[in-house]
Amino acid sequence: MKKTMYRPRSGNAFLVAVSAVILGLIGGAVLMASIGSNPFAGFYYLFRGGLMNIERVGNTLATATTLMLVGLSVAFAFKTGLFNIGASGQMLIGGLCATLVAHKIFLPRPLFLVVLVASALIGGALWGVIPGFLKARFNVHEVVATIMMNWIAYWSIYYFVPAFLKGPSLETESASIALSQSLRAPWLTKLFSGSYINYGFFIAIACVIIIRFVLDKTTLGFGLKAVGSNRWCAEYAGIKVNRNVIISMMIAGGLAGLAGLTFYTGYSRNIQIGVMPAQGFDGIAVALLGASNPLGVLFSSLFFGILQSGKGFMNAMTSIPPEIADSIIAVIIYFTATSVLFQRFWDRIAKNRRSRRPDQSEEA
Amino acid sequence: MWSTLSSIFPYAIGYTIPLLITALGGLYCERSGVTNLGLEGLMLVGYFACAITIRLLEATMAAHSVMLLTFGLVVGVVAGALFSLLHAFASINLKADQVISGTAINMLAGAITVYLARLISGSGNVRIGMGIIRKNIPLLSKIPIIGPLFFSQTYWTTWVVLVIWALSWLLLYKTSFGLRLRACGEHPSAVASAGVNVHRMRYFGVIMSGALAGLGGAVILITYSGEFHGTVAGLGFLSIAALIFGQWKPLGILGATFFFGSATTIANVSQVIPSLSVVPPVFFKVFPYVATLVALVLFSKKSAAPKASGQPF
Repeated sequence: MKKTMYRPRSGNAFLVAVSAVILGLIGGAVLMASIGSNPFAGFYYLFRGGLMNIERVGNTLATATTLMLVGLSVAFAFKTGLFNIGASGQMLIGGLCATLVAHKIFLPRPLFLVVLVASALIGGALWGVIPGFLKARFNVHEVVATIMMNWIAYWSIYYFVPAFLKGPSLETESASIALSQSLRAPWLTKLFSGSYINYGFFIAIACVIIIRFVLDKTTLGFGLKAVGSNRWCAEYAGIKVNRNVIISMMIAGGLAGLAGLTFYTGYSRNIQIGVMPAQGFDGIAVALLGASNPLGVLFSSLFFGILQSGKGFMNAMTSIPPEIADSIIAVIIYFTATSVLFQRFWDRIAKNRRSRRPDQSEEA
Repeated sequence: MWSTLSSIFPYAIGYTIPLLITALGGLYCERSGVTNLGLEGLMLVGYFACAITIRLLEATMAAHSVMLLTFGLVVGVVAGALFSLLHAFASINLKADQVISGTAINMLAGAITVYLARLISGSGNVRIGMGIIRKNIPLLSKIPIIGPLFFSQTYWTTWVVLVIWALSWLLLYKTSFGLRLRACGEHPSAVASAGVNVHRMRYFGVIMSGALAGLGGAVILITYSGEFHGTVAGLGFLSIAALIFGQWKPLGILGATFFFGSATTIANVSQVIPSLSVVPPVFFKVFPYVATLVALVLFSKKSAAPKASGQPF
């Protein structure tokens, strides 16, 4: 009984995601047409901008790297029934720790990279564990707590960076990190003819594999998912709910911290003040579109990576503003939130088909 | 000390008012049983709609600035209300996750307003050439102590917002309509069994939040900002914090928003005032958010949050 209840939803996750993407693209087309531009030309240049040569592909991968890690962070928290809207703040703190290490600590390269990654991981995890603790100990809603943490991080960095990491010219960003102290690798940059791609991409792929393993193959993952699907049942089964909530937020924060690492020390090589990283919110869309599944996150982050890195080229070739990419992502997230609409639609189609072919209903 | 206080007080009120009206919108919404995380986006929509209206009409209507500013406010209110329908439809009819829907509203507003603003100006910033001029209220501003603090250098929108706040308090707590609306946020099935249409009440709550947040955004534009630049810099989220800090009560949010407005003002001016410059400004900027977290912990035992807020009906 339970299986038949669950099956239509999981079977349709892919169809729901595809429907949301199609509606998002249609929404984008309407916006392009509404300002008198040709949507087909717009999409052509948008995708061309993300994929037309090896350098662009590298930039797309670098953009997708950050989104992938944030998406994983949000997806991981979702699995425990938590909504981590604070990935932006965790990114900022993780990025700040990594930037500090990059500027102040000088070690042999392999050791340095370990310290760099660890600093971002710890910074993000710390920023995530606070709302996790508040949720577990005081039942403070994690959505509100993480939003507050976002702005605490935003303002702390706003004053910290000019005071301690000031660049030579601009007041609004930190000094640029030397290439040898960043996540960039000369051989990678050369391979992708000068693009922003960096070691972060491999970190992200490794995280996808590790998180998938943790969720599917370990006791920890089982406990986290049990708390997410029914915390009372999990408690009855002897799983420590509060401990799992804290661990889940800690890991989610750590992943977002790594996203900050890849963005601030790999992609941009400096940290800007007064900017709440939009990736923290785009990551929610990545996680939702990927149905909170690590592999789904991988593919949806690549898709959003194309949109985000192609928008500049599209803007140069047409008169369409670059915000079209963000609009498409926002429309997609809206339609994933309202996925009940097409879940009903696809369920009805599936039901019709099944009633027409009763002998194959077990396979469906 | 006194001269410092009386000179920064009008600024504190100026920062408080947009927060107050937006938090009041959030109050309507949450009291009706719908969580609205999209206040930031709804403010932005009002901010943008007001900016674009005034920008397009200011050349022809320069002589009637008060009329145009009022019209801009009205457009901001209507735009916010219309945009909030997206959230209402998703969370009431489709029973979607309201937190995700609210996040989608924020992202959508952030992207589409700048997208459209770029049609007016390449940079996506829309500057307007007029704004409300601060005025002393005759007679009242002459009262000692209270006069310089509350009735000097005021915007007329401040009084409009305070009147809306007072009327809302009456509507929510002194009428049977208000009782029903609040009951929808506590125990919707009980209200439904008494023959009230819960969905309609919740639509009212969400639309009010959109309208008032839109007004909040428009007020920012025509009082202290004067330019649309694609973000309200977290004021919508600060309003949500004020709503929680004020424990979902009109008087509470008045106090909380004034507290936050003062903290913002002090942070902005602290470096030029000797007695305050010893405290790093980051302290004042971070203060509202830390205070909200502390309040949440303190009130966690007996939270006044509407019980059914966030739950679809």
